[in-house]
Parts: sequence; C-alpha cells; structure tokens
Amino acid sequence: MTDEKTIIESSFDRVYRKRRLIQKSLFLLFRLAALINCAGLFLVVSFIALKGYKAISWEFLTQPPIDSMTKGGILPCIVGTLCLGIGSIIVALPIGVASAIYLNEYASPGRFLRLIRLGISNLAGVPSVVFGLFGFAFFVVYLKMGESILAGVLTLASLTLPVIIGSTEEALKSVPDTYREASLALGATRWQTIYRVVLPAALPGTLTGAILGLSRAAGETAPIMFTAAVFFTPGLPGSVFDKIMAMPYHIYVLATAGTNIEATRPLQYGTALLLIAMVLGMNLVAIIWRSVLRKRMK
Amino acid sequence: MATIRQRTDNSVRFIFFVIALASISILFMIMIFLFAEGMPIFKKVSIYQFVFGKYWYPTSSPPDFGIFALIVASVAVTMVSAAISIPLGVMTAVYLAELAHKRVAEILKPIVELLAALPSVVIGFFGMVVVAPFLQDTFGIPTGLNLFNAALMLSFMSVPTICSLSEDAIYSVPVALKEGSLALGATHLETLMRVVLPASISGISTAVILGMSRAIGETMVVLMVAGGAAMVPSSLFDPVRPMTASIAAEMAEAPFRGDHYHALFATGIVLFLFTLLFNIIADRISHKYRQTGEASL
Amino acid sequence: MTEDYKIRASHLNFYYGNAQALYDISINIKPSRVTALIGPSGCGKSTFLRCLNRMNDLIPISRVEGEIMLDNININDPSVDVVMLRRRVGMVFQKPNPFPKSIFENVAYGLKVNGVKDKAFIERRVEESLKKAALWDEVKDRIHQSALMLSGGQQQRLCIARAMAVEPEVLLMDEPASALDPIATQKIEDLIGELKQYYTIIIVTHNMQQAARVSDMTAFFYMGKLIEMDETDTLFTRPGLKQTEDYITGRFG
Repeated sequence: MTDEKTIIESSFDRVYRKRRLIQKSLFLLFRLAALINCAGLFLVVSFIALKGYKAISWEFLTQPPIDSMTKGGILPCIVGTLCLGIGSIIVALPIGVASAIYLNEYASPGRFLRLIRLGISNLAGVPSVVFGLFGFAFFVVYLKMGESILAGVLTLASLTLPVIIGSTEEALKSVPDTYREASLALGATRWQTIYRVVLPAALPGTLTGAILGLSRAAGETAPIMFTAAVFFTPGLPGSVFDKIMAMPYHIYVLATAGTNIEATRPLQYGTALLLIAMVLGMNLVAIIWRSVLRKRMK
Repeated sequence: MATIRQRTDNSVRFIFFVIALASISILFMIMIFLFAEGMPIFKKVSIYQFVFGKYWYPTSSPPDFGIFALIVASVAVTMVSAAISIPLGVMTAVYLAELAHKRVAEILKPIVELLAALPSVVIGFFGMVVVAPFLQDTFGIPTGLNLFNAALMLSFMSVPTICSLSEDAIYSVPVALKEGSLALGATHLETLMRVVLPASISGISTAVILGMSRAIGETMVVLMVAGGAAMVPSSLFDPVRPMTASIAAEMAEAPFRGDHYHALFATGIVLFLFTLLFNIIADRISHKYRQTGEASL
Repeated sequence: MTEDYKIRASHLNFYYGNAQALYDISINIKPSRVTALIGPSGCGKSTFLRCLNRMNDLIPISRVEGEIMLDNININDPSVDVVMLRRRVGMVFQKPNPFPKSIFENVAYGLKVNGVKDKAFIERRVEESLKKAALWDEVKDRIHQSALMLSGGQQQRLCIARAMAVEPEVLLMDEPASALDPIATQKIEDLIGELKQYYTIIIVTHNMQQAARVSDMTAFFYMGKLIEMDETDTLFTRPGLKQTEDYITGRFG
C-alpha cells in the first residue's frame, strides 16, 4: 500500500513542474491564436479605413464615374449593390422561411427529411463561382433574361437561401414546444398554431437571418460576374432587365483591369471602405440584435 | 367547420412541402445545368485527358484542355491554407470555449463572425495591395501574387468557419466530464487534451472539412492573389491558377457555347464534385460519430 | 487533539456572486470514517463538499472565506496547488461520468496524467482498483471495451475505481447513488463500508436512511448553515436540536 503511494507521489513530483510549464506555454499559444484572429480583422479594416476615408466625399457618393472610371463617384455601384442585395432577399426570404417552416414544423423525421437537410447543407457549400455558372446557364441563357438585374438577383437569391433557411430553423427551434402544445390543445390547427404563435415568436430571429443574408449577397462578386454586373453603365438602371454596376465588382475591375490601376487606387480604397462599412455594419446590427434577443429569452 | 379548417391545414402543409422541395431542387438544377453545358467538351477530349492533361491553353490552336494544373493549384492552395487555418481556428476555439473570461468571449465571438463576413473581394484586394508587395520585398521573390499569399488570404475565410463550429463542439462537451478529469488531479490542459478535445473530435473534424470546402470554392481571393499561372507549382512562392480563378477570369472571353466555354463548365463540375465530397464527408462524420456525451443511464 | 482530524474547516463562508451559500461553517472530520452530509436540497451540503477539493474554483464568480485544513495545510491558501490537492482528495459525482474511453483507460487516466510511466505498475493498479470497487469480476474480460457500454451502477463503481487508482487520502461522494436503481445503490453502499478502512469518506446524500446505513458521523445542513453534527446513531435517535428532529422525522424538507 504505502509503497504504491510512494511510487505515485514520486512520479507526481517528478513531472509536476513540467506539467505546469507545458500548460502555461500552450495556453499562451491559444491566447496568441485568438489575438492573431482579432489582429487580422483589425489590420484589414483599419488599413482600408485609413487609405479609404480620404476618397469618400459627397461627390463620391452621389456622382457616376467619369473619365473612363478614373475620376468621379460610384453612385451606380451603390445603387446596383443595394438593388441586388435587397432584391435577392425579397426573393429568398419567403421561400427560405416557408422551407424552414416545412422542415421544422411539418416534416416528420426520417430518411426523407435527412436527405432534404443534406441537400440544403450541400447547397450552402456550393462555391459562389458555380452559382455564377448556374445563373448564367439557367437565368441568363435558358430563361432568356440576359445579363440583367433580375438574373443577378435570382442567382444571389439561390446563394442566400441556405443562410435564410438555417437561421429561420434556428429561430423556430428556439420557440418552446409548450407554446405549440398549448395552442394545439385549444383546438387550433397546425397552420393556425404556426401562423399565430410560432412565427411571431420566431420573427426577430428570422429577420436577423435576413440581414445576414442581405449582407452576404451584397458582398458577393463571383455570382454576379456573368449574370448581372458590368464594368460601366452610363446611368442608373431603369428596369430589372438592365445590366448593372456593383461595388464588389467595381473593386475587382479597378484593381485588376482598370485603365490605370495605380491612379484609381483612392477610388478602390474608397469603394472597399464603403463596402465593408455596409457589410460589417449590417452584420453588427444583426449580431447586437441577436444578443439582445437571447438575453430577453432568458 | 372543422373539416374546412382541416382542409386548409392540409393544403397549407402541401404548399410548404412544395416550396421546401423547390429549395433543394436548386441543387439539382445546378447539377443539371453544369452537366448540360459542361459535358459537350468530352466529345473533344476524354475525361481522363481533361482531368489529368497537363496543359491548359484554351485559346491557342489547337487548344489544350487539361486542367490538372488547375486542380493541383486548388488542392495546394487549400492544403497550405488548411495548415494555417486549422491550428489557428481550433486554438482560437479552445481559447474562446475554455480559457477566455465570459466577458472577453462575448466580445471576441462577434469579431470572429465579422471576420467571416468580410467580402472576399476586399480580402483579395488587401492581399494584392498589402501582402503581395510585402512578400515580394521580404523574400526577394519575383511576384508576391502566389500560392502562399493566396493560402494566407484564404485562411481569413476558413478560420471563422473552423473556429465557430469547433467552439460549438468544444462547448457542448458535458461539464461532468471535465469535472471528472479535474477531480483526478489532471491539469486544465490535460483535461482539454485528453478528455475535452477527444470528446468533441467529430464536431471539430466537421468544422475543419467545411472550412476547407469553403477555401477550395473561394473565388475572388485566388483570382486576385494567386498569380494566375496555369502550371503545376514547384514552390510555395509560385504563382498558380486554381479552378475557381480560371472560371471567373475566362468566362467573359470564352465564346458562347464554344469548346472553351464548355471546358469552363466542365471545370465547374469538377469543382462542384470536390465540394460535394467535402460536404458529404462532413455530414457523415457528424451523423456517425454523434458527440459522445455524458453516459446515459 | 487536533491531530485526530483529517479535515478541519473553520468559519467557512462561500458566495456565488452576491449570494451567500455557506455561513460560517466549522466542522471537523475524522480519518478513516464515513461522514454523511444531509439536508434539504439547496442547503449547501454539495457546495461545502465541492469546497474540499476546490471544485468550486471552476465557477468564475464564486468566492470563499475561511480556512480548510487538510492535515496541516490550508487548502485555500494561494500557495497550495489545486492539482496537487485534487490528487489527494478524490471525488465521485452524482451522475456517473466515465470518459468516453475504455474501462482500462478510465482507471489508468489519473495515473497517466500524474506522470506514472511504468506500464506493469499501471496495469496492477487498474486491477487492484477495480477489485476494490467490486467491479473486476464483472469487467475483467472486456477491460478494453468502452466504459459507456456498462450499466449505470457499473459506471458509478468504475468512477469510484478511477478515483481510487491515484491513492487519494480523502474520497468525496456527491450523492453517488441518486441516479441508480435500488440494487446498484445497495452495491455502492456495501462498497462504501469496505472502503472506509482505506480512506476518509465524506458523502452527501438526500436519503436519510442511506446516511444512517453507511455513515459513522452525520452533519445536518440547513439554509447554508451547519445545524448539528454528531455520531450518526446519536443524531438519528437523540437529535440535539428541534430543527434536526423535524427534518429527520420528515416534518419538513
């Protein structure tokens, strides 16, 4: 007995300082990793902010580009990005919410449901450039929409759909089952229960998802390259069948294929700054809103 | 009365069913249209030649449609970025779930989310104007637009995915298991390494695979930063042309329904299959090895 | 005189944030005895138990005042290392919590993290501990299978074996049988009777019959205070205070 105790104690003493030291150094490493992450975001945002804020002026926000896009503003791009983002949410939100309702409220668990979920998670994993190819082949060519706002909106809507379904499902799941049971016990049908009880409770969470989807759509480039976006339009779009300028594509074009890449740097920084301000702003709103909601749930 | 209500209920149910079906039918439509526009190239070159052909000269005459170099580039960029983003993402997740004070974690988690929200074109832009000149000067290499730079920038995109999914997995390990280990005189680190991480390994693997899937499918970053040379790279600092970059860069110039156009869609098929594979593996892992939680009685 | 006690807590106060959970607890615990802590739920008995191996350290907003002497060291002293403390003071939890590893690895875990490298030694310890926990005969043929395959009662005995493998001096048990069926409970109770010759055992239970069956000393907690402590026989037959009598006769709680 005592012998064994001595063996355990002596090995304990032998490795004890080493264990402490390893723990200390690895924990330091974990902290460092987290720090690097934050530093990454900070670096990108602050660099673009510092370089970009000078470019942003009233003219920049309200004028179209002039002199082969080397001067002037980016109004058509701002309008274009807003059209694409908002348009795609208008399309994707009802479809996404309805799908999520089916999956969460109606479908009974089993192979079929599992398959649908697998399909949706795969849809979420499809590369954005493949969405672009699909949008071109289906909306632009097959449905004869041409390269247009409409084709771009529908392509982006396909891409944001999984985001919306995911966040709506999460919101639906957070509605306690007792709500549903109470309503059903009062003789309401399933649909009445969903419409009057479940949806209102899940609404804020769904809207958070919509904001996230909107910001995702606004920041995407590859899906609109072949479906909607062009280098330059003389004026603002007049119909959904017009081609359109968009901020992400504008940055890409100016930075890689513009007439004078170095001379338009300020415009590039300015556009990038505006884009991240928009996208991160929307995300921040969604994040804050969500945390408020969660606190209220408790 | 009740029957009318019941009937409404059934039709509503049916409508939702149709819409849900429509949502996933997008996935099938994507497949159908990719194949419809991509298959014709295989009348010109065999699948083997296409996938393993070393030369990608789609515009010379006669053209060469071998995407081997593009596949290698995609895989290489993804692997190098995984080597950066897996340790970074998982370690950050461990920090957030286990070490950080609650208040600190509440601030850091949104930061990780914001990182995920950065538009890829902005990250690509940053890689071009900041990282590329820096690499060029520091290492004295001919171009800063290369495999390494692309991988580094891609890590920006996959770290948040890996981090937040891993954090969920680590966080859901029952406290009882941790206490069991600590009560035996294990240090916090030993508890983490021997109990917490093994118990959450399926969640972490899923996170890693989804992060890599995001990296291999990412377009704008590699388009702007990878350098664009359609050659099999021999060093970290070689310029490369991943599949996504090739599609994005060449679609505009490829004649409609010409060979080049079909070849780009066929590249899209290969890319699609890659991400499909990643996602199915991730799904398998998360279903097969459900989190081993507290012992059930 | 003080040498007769294994653990001496004096004037112990414990807080979760602003809420005080323990009020001025002073208690002395004799070695190689079973001491039962009883009282209605929320009375602080588990909190007190978790003070003894500083498991409450895991709760960030918690705070402890006062002194707990284990032999002659104050375990709340900043210089005392909590890892070292927990090796000396083992714990068994309310719900069985085996690691998702093999039976062998579960028992070997504590030895391995504590730096024991000798394989033969580890194997011997695993066998001994499982024997002491009266589990060896049931599992000796499947020692490398997952511990999660065992029944709840077996899992709990495995957790006891796991705690004993590192040769602790004190064994804390937090309602170890509350999640088990009567037969498994019986086995755990028999085991406690066996084990007290080796260890100082402190057991929290909400089951007064259990306290009466297994313990030598019983302490009654109520609303975060230690109301009364005495020999188990005395406390259950001739309680000194009305409050204790009300509780053990089932008039409240």
